[in-house]
Formats: sequence, structure tokens, C-alpha cells
Amino acid sequence: MSEAIRFLKPRTAVVARRATIIGDLVDLLPPECVVHEARELVPFETDAFVAYRRLPLAVVLPKTTEQVAAVMRYCHRYGIPVIARGAGTSLSGGAIPQEDAVVLGLSKMTRILEVDPANRTATVQAGVTNLRISDAVSPEGFFYAPDPSSQLACTIGGNIGMNSGGAHCLKYGVTTNNLLGVTMVLVDGTVIELGGKHLDPAGYDLLGLVCGSEGQLGIVTEATVRLIAKPEGARPVLFGFDTSQEAGACVADVIGSGIIPVAIEFMDKPAIEICEAFAQAGYPLDVGALLIVEVEGSEAEMEATLKKIVEIAGRHGVRTVRESQSATEAALIWKGRKSAFGATGRISDYICMDGTVPLGKLSYVLEKTSEIVERFGLRVANVFHAGDGNMHPLILFNANDPEDAARAEEAGNEILKLCVDAGGCLTGEHGVGIEKRDLMRHQYSDADLNQQMAVRAAFDPDWILNPSKVFPLEGRPAA
Amino acid sequence: MTLTPHTENDAAYGIRNAASRGTMLSIMGGGTRSGFGNSVLAEETLSSSALTGIVDYEPAEMVMTAKAGTPVAEIEALLAVNRQMMGFEPMDHRAVMGTAGEPTIGGVFAANVSGPRRFVAGAARDSLLGIRFVNGRGEIIRAGGRVMKNVTGLDLVKLLAGSHGTLGFLTEVTFRVLPVPATVETIVLSGLDDQAATQAMAVAMAMPVEVSGAAHLPQTVRGRFPSVELPDGEATVLRLEGLEASVSVRAEKLCDMMRSFGSVSRLGPDLSRNLWKEIRDVAPYKGFPNKPLWRVSVAPSIGHQLVAALRLEAGVDAFYDWQGGLVWMQMEADPEEQRLRRYIKALGGGHATLVRAPDAVRERLEAFHPECDAVAALSARVKQKLDPDGIFNPGKMAGV
Repeated sequence: MSEAIRFLKPRTAVVARRATIIGDLVDLLPPECVVHEARELVPFETDAFVAYRRLPLAVVLPKTTEQVAAVMRYCHRYGIPVIARGAGTSLSGGAIPQEDAVVLGLSKMTRILEVDPANRTATVQAGVTNLRISDAVSPEGFFYAPDPSSQLACTIGGNIGMNSGGAHCLKYGVTTNNLLGVTMVLVDGTVIELGGKHLDPAGYDLLGLVCGSEGQLGIVTEATVRLIAKPEGARPVLFGFDTSQEAGACVADVIGSGIIPVAIEFMDKPAIEICEAFAQAGYPLDVGALLIVEVEGSEAEMEATLKKIVEIAGRHGVRTVRESQSATEAALIWKGRKSAFGATGRISDYICMDGTVPLGKLSYVLEKTSEIVERFGLRVANVFHAGDGNMHPLILFNANDPEDAARAEEAGNEILKLCVDAGGCLTGEHGVGIEKRDLMRHQYSDADLNQQMAVRAAFDPDWILNPSKVFPLEGRPAA
Repeated sequence: MTLTPHTENDAAYGIRNAASRGTMLSIMGGGTRSGFGNSVLAEETLSSSALTGIVDYEPAEMVMTAKAGTPVAEIEALLAVNRQMMGFEPMDHRAVMGTAGEPTIGGVFAANVSGPRRFVAGAARDSLLGIRFVNGRGEIIRAGGRVMKNVTGLDLVKLLAGSHGTLGFLTEVTFRVLPVPATVETIVLSGLDDQAATQAMAVAMAMPVEVSGAAHLPQTVRGRFPSVELPDGEATVLRLEGLEASVSVRAEKLCDMMRSFGSVSRLGPDLSRNLWKEIRDVAPYKGFPNKPLWRVSVAPSIGHQLVAALRLEAGVDAFYDWQGGLVWMQMEADPEEQRLRRYIKALGGGHATLVRAPDAVRERLEAFHPECDAVAALSARVKQKLDPDGIFNPGKMAGV
């Protein structure tokens, strides 16, 4: 296990009062809503960033906003750190707790409160999973657009915490563009509502600030999201190229031509092999890089759009063009793509990067990424959202070899710096968490970070909400 | 006195200087929206008019960076050459507010100005990828970047968008642009009352035809769109955009469905473009400087109920955009602020902003919709973190 990334020192006064705190939490909540036996705490010690783990002091699983407010009032009063947790699918360690912290889990807040077709909104408790929203509104002909790969498991609360994206965000935007309102518990237990079924805020856009704030501004307990009419049809098409450079250049050209497909996903050869072995999606194995381009609409529309894309791909030496012939085939193509991380996990340990770069820099960054990883004696598989430049190099390594793990982390850091230097950013959709916290100074000046931390302090002056995350531990303002 | 910095550093220096003297600053772009919000009590004006120029534009990446004082017209002209546009369709406030001058891109984002496409394509804030600004301490701050997906740190970009110059002085903005649709067509449904129109629009939005504009123009305003002659009766208008082949297929489908609501006609590309521009700029209510004008944002199904309730007791004329959720409301004389805000609350929430009123009315009314105490307190704390001495646009927004 790697130990390069530090956590804040546990507050000794809090740890010393552990038994009292647990007793108080048990008094505040129904018995089934408090977890504190050491054995039962283990599932909460990490998230999908498994290289790091810490046992929390206790876990609470409230069922209502009022219960969340009671927990926050209590923790605020005694200075106890609180880590919000959705489904624990964070790839950046956003939900990893620490010894002095209470994990506030959303797993019992799973009610769909209202589907309102006339206003195209759904209002749900924060623990509802991403895919369940789309399932619930499907009979009315709608869907909820952001679709992280983990959408079967991840919660809307977690999505809001990280401002999650997904493959289909190229056309429909990420969480922040699809979120209309939240009910939120502030650090002192005050319950507020931001937004609603109307558009735009009356005053400051606090909703925009909260979305993607990684559990540091408050606890979102309910959300109202925007629904979109389901397209008549959607069809993923596979485009195979000899090289990643050709595929990258094709992406830039498609977007530049004024066509915005619903999704453009990229896989290089290692990723194709891994995903095909897992999902048998029918990916061509004789190509160096693959694009999954999804078009949608009526038959005529899909035909017209596809024709243009095929024409552009032809200019970039496309080798294979394959349309899915049935709904089953289409589902398999997406299954292969969305299980990329899991499938990689079957053959190797890996860390997943999430930098975003300007489209014109895709080819360059892909090439440099390979160079960096090779220099560290490691392998890389690339599978990512090419249409918006959001890259996901998976660096393969052996977790049982501490030196290998350290090398992987170092290579990852170099890749992220490369993304920033190319005019991009450290993280496009996974969040900073602990993983990229210490790289923040590479993207932001001290003044930039100080301003963000000052605004953070307007919500949580004592830094008890997810305190080890996002901002480098050195140079924080005194609480 | 007006400060007109030529560089970001000059702006930072001027702001530090003002802060040290305790001098309040009125923040100004092109001044075309200067009547927006409450009046500002400031000794000096800080203008972005000399911070101009397009810094970077990559048509293939659909991203543009411009200095805050760059005229919107200059940006739109360059985008048009590349067949691109600002997808959020920023409104031009000049006609309806009776102002002159050139709107600036900084003003567009500072006021989060959007148009008819906002309800499907997002507001100005959704297209804003990155900013540079000077805070109230005179520090230059960069937030966001130039890529579409970016969750690195707190999203100060969203916070500054729509803060009306009360949190920082924008010096540079980077935003996403979209391709101009190959063609556009408008389906006109005639003769529906407000309630039936709202239902028809909801049905249209539930269909997989990608309507990109949905407005209802009651009888009182129908004749006030100078460039388009609409058929007799109320007009409910639905916009379709995209490739020609696609638009015609979708138009057929939409017409078939809409015939069950009323008589259907169609407007071609040129008339459509004119009509939606006039809807965007609230053409029916220009030229009445003494009639208070409200911009109301509520759930789409609520808009017509709100107007119906007010009509029982007040002189109000209205038309609807955003599927019924954006209500432009021109009052006969009395702004009816209390009644309007009470009804919005009773009907489930939203907000009303006073866009235009005679000076005497503006002096006694709160232009922005008051927030509940906890949210107002939070907003005030946020303001304090960006502008600790309160030198930017004092009084412009309530409570902060």
C-alpha cells in the first residue's frame, strides 16, 4: 500500500472521546443508522481509490434531511470531521475517511420524491443511484443525461459532490449543467434550499459553487435534476485507425466541422484488447486505436450525420467502420466501454488519470503519455472521452511491489502536469480528492488557491467537512 | 471620476489603491445594462472599456478567450465568419431598457445574460469555461480554464457569473461556442390561451424532436414583433434547428402532434431568425420607459398561473419564453412588487427581477428577489471573502 499522500493529523481530542461520540450518535439516530463496530467499519475505509485507506471513527446512515441536520449540528458543536459518502465509487479518494471522522453515508436516502413530466424535472433523495433516475423517468419518455461509467452504483449526491461527467456529456453537459436545485445541510445543521424547478438563481450562483465542491461546503440531501426527452434512436459506430494520432486528429476534425455527436470515446490498442476480452463487444483487434461515436435521432438524421463523420474519418485513414446492427450489439459496445476500468482491474492493478486537454493537443499528449510511462518501465492503456478532451490513461502496475506503485504514482503526476502545461487541467470529472491534492499548485497560483479556500471558509470556517481533500495541506489559512 | 485601466495589472493597482482609500467603485462594461439591479452609491467608476480584444479563438475547439471589455458585436462578427455562435443567445438589453452604447462580453457574463435557447442549451454561466478577475483586495485571480470538462477545485467561474460586478472585476473570459445550425424553422400554433399553450409546449418538449425555443405570445403582444407577421390569434411558437434533412423530418412530426391543439403554420429560416431575435430582446415591451418590467423565472407550468392570479388584481401584460418558465411582465403602472413575490412563493418558488422602472420606483424597490435569511447570510459571507471592504458596486444586489 502506498503512503505517499498524507492525511491531516487526527484531532486527538476527538479520537479520545470516541466512545462518547458513538453513544451520542446512537441517541440522535435510529439504531440501524449508526455503524461503529470495527468489523463493520471496514467497508467504509476506502473508496475506488483503493491504494489508501483509513478506518473512520463511526459511520452514520441517516434517512432524512432532519437526521442529517442533527448529525451536523452535533459534529459542528464538537469539531468532529464529517466525510460525505455516496456509493464510494470515487476514483480520487474523495470519500476516504480518517480516524477522527464520522462518515455520513447516503445509502438509506434512496427515495424518488417526485417525477414532474410537465416541468421535465425529477426530485430525489441524494442516495438515489444515477441510473435509477433514468429508469424512473423512462416510462414518461425522459432520461437524465450525465452517465458516469459507475452509473449503476454511484449516487446523485456523489455526482453533485464531484460534478460528474460521463460519455454522453459531449452533447448534454456534466452534472452542473443538469442540476436545477438542491436541499442542503450546512455545516452547523442549517437546512437551505438552492434553486428549484425554475432556471437561474435570484442572487449568487451558490448552486454552481456547491456542485463539484467535494463535500466541503455542506451535505446535499435532495436534488432536483433536469430531464431530457429520450432520442428516437441512438447508434454507436466503431471507427478503427492504425494509430492513436490518426484517431486523435479525426476527433478534432469532427468537432471542428460543426458536428457534435452525443459521444466520442477513444480506446488505444491495450484498452481495446482488455475490453474485448471482458465484454466480447466485437471491437476490431487489428487496429491501433478505436473511436466509438454515438449519433442519435431519427433514422434519417443518424444516416445524415454518420455520412459526414465517415467522410471525415476517411480523410484520416480510417481502416474499419462498423455500425451496430441491433440494440443488443449497441448495448455490448457500451458495456465494453463502460466496464473498461473493471476489466483492466481483472488483469492488473492500475491508477486512472483524469486530465483534460484542448482537443488540438490530444495527439501530442497521447504521444507524450506513452513516453512518460515507458520511461518509468510501466504500461498504459488509454480509454477516454475524446470529444471533450477528457483523458483517462490507466497506468498498469503491481500493487504488491511498493517501488512499482511509487513509480506509477510518479508517472501519473507527470502526466497530469503535462495536461496542465498543454492548456488543460488536472481533473475533468473524477475530482481532486486526495489523489491530485498535492498537484493543485501546478495548476493554480497561491492567490488563486487562497481565494478558493477563503470562499470555502465562508461555508465551513473550521474545516471539518472532508478536510484532508482538494487543497494542499500546507499553506491553508489558520482555522 | 472614471478609472479606465489598459491592462489587468493597472486594474489591480487601481483597485488596491481604491481599497486602501476606502473608495467605492461602480463597475462598468458598456453600460447598456446599467439600470439593472439597484442603484449603486460609489465615488468612482471602474470601466473595462480599454480592456479589449480577442485573445485566442480556436474554431476547431469551439473555444474563445476575450478581454472583458470586448464588444459583443466584435465577437459575434468573428464567430459568424466561422459559422459559430454563442449557444446561450445573449439578450441585447438596449432597446427594452432604453440605453445606448456597446454591450461587452464581460457584461454578458457578469449579468449571466441568456436568451431563448437557455432552457435547453444552458445559460451564459454554462458556457463560461474560465475567467480572470481582480478581487476586492486587488489580487489577480484565475479560475477555471479553457477546456469543457474541468472539476479542479471550487468552481469560482459559476460564482462570478451573474454576480453583477459585486464580487470581482472581470478582466478576461473564456467560453464555449457552438456551430450555427444549418437551418431553422418555427412551428406556429394559433389561438391557444395561456394554459393550453403551456400544455402544448410541455408536450412538444417531451417529444424527441429537440425543440430549441418554446415561447407563447398572447394576443396583446402578437402584433409587436415588427419583422414578422404572425397569423391571427395568440401564437405559440416552437423552434427547430439543425441539418436541413433533420429539421424537415422533425417539423413534420411536431406539426402532426400539435394539430390536436390548434391550427398550425410554419415560418422559414429568415423569419424564424428575426422572430427569435425579437423574442430574445423582448421587442413587445420596448418604448415604454415608465412601465415597470419584470423578468420572472418559475417552473414552466407555473408561469401562466402566476399571470392569471396577478391579473385579478393588477394591470399586467405578459408573454412567455422557456416553455412558459420565463415570464416577461410589463406592469401598467404600479410594479406590484409585494403581490408578485408573494404569489411566486405561494406557487412553488422562483424569482422576479425588476429590469426597468422609472427612477422613483427603482429607488424604493429591491430589484433582485430577496433570498431566505440563511442563503442571504451565506451570500454575504461569500461576498466578504472576495471583496472584504465592500468596494465593488455597493448596494447593487440586496443583502451583499
